[in-house]
Amino acid sequence: MSNDKALLLNPQKVALITKRFALQIVENHKSFENVAILGLQPRGIDLARCVKNEVSNLVGVDLKFGELDHTFFRDDIGRGEIHIPKPSKIEFSTEGMNIIIIDDVLFTGRSVRAAIDAILRYGRPSRIELMVLVERIFERELPIKPDYKGISIDSRKVNQKVKVDWQNDDNVNVWLLNQDKV
Amino acid sequence: MSSNNLNHLLGIKGLSKEQIDLIFSTADNFLDLLQAPVKKTPALRDITVANLFFENSTRTRVSFELAEKRLGADIVNFSSSSSSVSKGETLIDTVNNILSMKVDMIVMRHPAPGASQFLSKHVKCQIINAGDGTHEHPTQALLDAFSMRNHYKNNLSGKKVVIVGDIKHSRVALSNIYCLQLLGAEVMVCGPATLIPKYIESTGVKVSTNLDNALRWADVANMLRIQMERQDERYFPSIREYSTLYGLNMERMKNVNPELLIMHPGPINRGVEISSDVADSHNSIILQQVENGVAIRMAVLFLLAQKSL
Repeated sequence: MSNDKALLLNPQKVALITKRFALQIVENHKSFENVAILGLQPRGIDLARCVKNEVSNLVGVDLKFGELDHTFFRDDIGRGEIHIPKPSKIEFSTEGMNIIIIDDVLFTGRSVRAAIDAILRYGRPSRIELMVLVERIFERELPIKPDYKGISIDSRKVNQKVKVDWQNDDNVNVWLLNQDKV
Repeated sequence: MSSNNLNHLLGIKGLSKEQIDLIFSTADNFLDLLQAPVKKTPALRDITVANLFFENSTRTRVSFELAEKRLGADIVNFSSSSSSVSKGETLIDTVNNILSMKVDMIVMRHPAPGASQFLSKHVKCQIINAGDGTHEHPTQALLDAFSMRNHYKNNLSGKKVVIVGDIKHSRVALSNIYCLQLLGAEVMVCGPATLIPKYIESTGVKVSTNLDNALRWADVANMLRIQMERQDERYFPSIREYSTLYGLNMERMKNVNPELLIMHPGPINRGVEISSDVADSHNSIILQQVENGVAIRMAVLFLLAQKSL
């Protein structure tokens, strides 16, 4: 099996997108009291934390922040792939909040569906938005689309994968991996 | 994650430390889930679980049932007293009849040691041992160790645990010994010589027949009930004498480590193996054990359902 990869985003572009996300949050929300950011375990946490920090730098407001694991709400438990849960850390009620879910990649939409179910057990938010670094526009399996996206790509399901390589906050590369069939 | 994927949970013996750590970390997440306003998940909505109890049970049965319901599984309950077992049906026939109704998992308590092991070789479904005679009670040992681990901030290494009482007839004692040793704790068993199995030292535990000495040595005391229903002869002269020599009361607590952790798998016989004031004291984590039991059983069911244990 041979692999090749193409660079989708370099660290400078990821930094720009993070700043853009922060500006969009500021632009779209009149008040920040009821706004909370939830990073999806495991790979949405770093991006969510960076966006929260950018918002704080821009307007001096610390948004409520949490880490959400949706494993127990997946629709494929016992269907082959193994899912090990990670901790959720949400120390506030989501009742009446504007929640922004942040993940690295949106593909089939099933993780986001599970995440919405997971959020609802902490209360009934007034609104849930979705922010992703990379949107894969084909092969969506549920009617879910992002409110904020870094880039959109038309990757195929069978032999392509998007990998977000988060070494540290200043060194993030996003790759498109092409995996030939065996 | 272990590569040794288990299809059943028949006992602690055979589990690795990594598998126990995985159960514990999963149970941590379920404990968190159980604190949220909505305590249910649909994770096992495709799964049907049969709870087969061929022996009486309150805590374990309710705990498993709650765990299954909170995971969204469909459940059927079965007790031997109200079933065709009393009409002479064999265990394999009973279980196969239930399985033909498309049951995915079986939680079984049975008076015969090795019953769940036997069943696992003859039926095609996942089996969780909820206690087999005097052999093992793996989920009780897991919840006991999980409760200790949470109390001691994730580290049981070097902790000294004394298990007191009817070791001979206790499946909790054997499973606890295996589990605690795997996690690095030192284990001592204490009780009347007649209630300590002859070869128990081969498991690597210390043995004492003096409760006061044992308590002075220990960080944790796990008090066991006298299993009258399994005793075919008299092992000690009287309950009163047993309670005098092996009952944990406030008088004894004066001479031990003030931080001694008190545990009991239940049901408690107050005034026999433990006095009411000790059972309800701040040293006791007996009710936390029960709470943790649901999280541990949710973790075991969840991991077994995706064959990831």
